Amino acid sequence: MAQQNGMVEKRGAGHWLTHAGLILGVLFIFFPIWLAFVASTVTQPEIARPPMPLLPGGHLWQNYSKALTSGINAPVALMLFNSAVMAIGIAVGKIAISLLSAFAIVYFRFPGRHLFFWLIFLTLMLPVEVRIVPTYEVAANFGMLNSYGGLILPLVASATATFLFRQFFMTVPDELAEAARVDGAQPMRFFVDILLPMSRTNIAALFVILFIYGWNQYLWPLLITTDPSMNTIVMGIKQMFPSGDDLADWPVIMATSILAMIPPVLVVIGMQKLFIRGLVESEK
Amino acid sequence: MASLTLENVRKSFGPTEVIHGVDIDVKDGEFIVIVGPSGCGKSTLLRMVAGLETVTSGTVSIDGRVVNGVEPMDRDIAMVFQNYALYPHMSVFDNMAYGLKIAKTPKPEIEARVAQAAKMLQLEPYLQRRPRELSGGQRQRVAMGRAIVRKPAVFLFDEPLSNLDAKLRVQMRLEIKTLQRDLGVTSLYVTHDQVEAMTLADRMIVMNGGVADQIGAPLEVYANPQTAFVAGFIGSPPTNFLAPAMLGQSGDGQIGIRPEHVRLAPSGQLTARAAYSEALGAETLVHLRGPNGGLLTVRQDAGEPIPEEGAEVSLDWDVDREMRFGPDGRRA
Ligand SMILES: Nc1ncnc2c1ncn2[C@@H]1O[C@H](COP(=O)(O)OP(=O)(O)OP(=O)(O)O)[C@@H](O)[C@H]1O
Ligand SMILES: [Mg+2]
Repeated sequence: MAQQNGMVEKRGAGHWLTHAGLILGVLFIFFPIWLAFVASTVTQPEIARPPMPLLPGGHLWQNYSKALTSGINAPVALMLFNSAVMAIGIAVGKIAISLLSAFAIVYFRFPGRHLFFWLIFLTLMLPVEVRIVPTYEVAANFGMLNSYGGLILPLVASATATFLFRQFFMTVPDELAEAARVDGAQPMRFFVDILLPMSRTNIAALFVILFIYGWNQYLWPLLITTDPSMNTIVMGIKQMFPSGDDLADWPVIMATSILAMIPPVLVVIGMQKLFIRGLVESEK
Repeated sequence: MASLTLENVRKSFGPTEVIHGVDIDVKDGEFIVIVGPSGCGKSTLLRMVAGLETVTSGTVSIDGRVVNGVEPMDRDIAMVFQNYALYPHMSVFDNMAYGLKIAKTPKPEIEARVAQAAKMLQLEPYLQRRPRELSGGQRQRVAMGRAIVRKPAVFLFDEPLSNLDAKLRVQMRLEIKTLQRDLGVTSLYVTHDQVEAMTLADRMIVMNGGVADQIGAPLEVYANPQTAFVAGFIGSPPTNFLAPAMLGQSGDGQIGIRPEHVRLAPSGQLTARAAYSEALGAETLVHLRGPNGGLLTVRQDAGEPIPEEGAEVSLDWDVDREMRFGPDGRRA
């Protein structure tokens, strides 16, 4: 008995320690974000004066509306919109293309099937940063500078997602495709009616990952857009930093940073629900 | 409802031929069971009829129409798969209705047909459930329902009961048989279970290594096997095989005699040493070692005396029960 109690106590202590550790970690990571939030609610002189404020001030509305409507180079609302178009375009484009190519690779026996698979796989070794100069050249020649097409298309090909869907399709029993064939479904019908709904949890997970990937793109939008009205939010933040002797409007920059964080958080939270529901349903 | 004819059907996967020329003539409304050991090509044959596998040579015709190059959906067949192959994200209703939806059947008709099939299969309470929320037997019924609603000319079954437990298998066997009788649809049913074959079939086809060894009514096949393979495969416990030399006769080949036709007698045609016996209640199986060391089995009623282990006993049988097979395995 005594021993048992001891064990329970020990486990209890460990439990609290773990929680304390986790809470500490969260606070540690959350602290800079909190500082950014505080900085976005006060005035410029308040930030500049040495003890940095740790509690929010009263200028939240003022700073955020200034950021959203005028910003520094371009209104943040416009940059948020550009980023959203780019991130959604990349996520949807990548998912659509990789679903289709995985479908072709798994379900059709065409000459050069393995060659194509390996070619797609090879692009894994060529991320945007490596092929940035030739890709820029191609995009420029197609007249895609300062356009959504230029922001999205070069980033759409995706080996990772193709590979993931290929692995998933290979776990789908062959009999399902055969049953659909006996039922009279043409290949595309089978794809739409059966494979797509069966992949929806995979699609949700990938959408989250790819949306954030697209949202966080920095180097490519920096190259391909010169017109401030096509700026994305992540590059926009960088461009707000003062160069030389200019005075930085820190509250507005901080408000922009906070605004830039919100959409990915919303996507994660929104998709998480769908995603867990999908998992629970298919586990039963 | 239709007849089904296979003429000299062959199938090769690359250079290896797995079906070596099969001829079958299935009459309208007949229930044919294909039985054979694993790997003998039963599924391959069925899949060629379904159109899921191409025919290397020979012809498959349904109701007199050659269907070699015809897509499965246009062959007027329905298939029940071993793992049921239900669409996991669709309700039972949608699973059954999917084929009809693709065929652009009007909605009221789809509902009527699914309702009728659900009633027949006692699936009415489950129509809105997903397949994973059903038991194995219920899933099996949904797979049957999906086949029934299409009102096909031919039903194809590939070991539909092998994922069920023994009791359910017996029950579903009966249901399939009743259903097939009521609907009168020509059926081709693949199994490796000889009990299933014996109980379900109007006629059965015993396959052996890509060849149809014998086609006939179950009892006829049992009583009169055409090859040594069929004699050994159909019947449990299997037929005893003896070399003619053991009985003081000349010639090669084999003599087959079923366990229930052999009896222990004071004097007989053969002496053997009792190895062990299995008392099964109503009957007893006595296993013996023959003169050449091979195992022999005698099936006797429960009341008969059981020999001690190691005792020398004589075996006797009526000569007209012997089945003689030539060196090529064919009935002499
Ligand atoms: N796609 C394929 N490629 C090559 N060989 C195949 C293919 N499908 C089947 N075979 C071969 O054909 C032979 C017959 O296979 P089949 O599946 O018809 O056997 P079966 O009688 O249904 O056996 P089981 O009772 O185990 O299901 C086997 O030797 C198998 O290895
Ligand atoms: Mg098989």
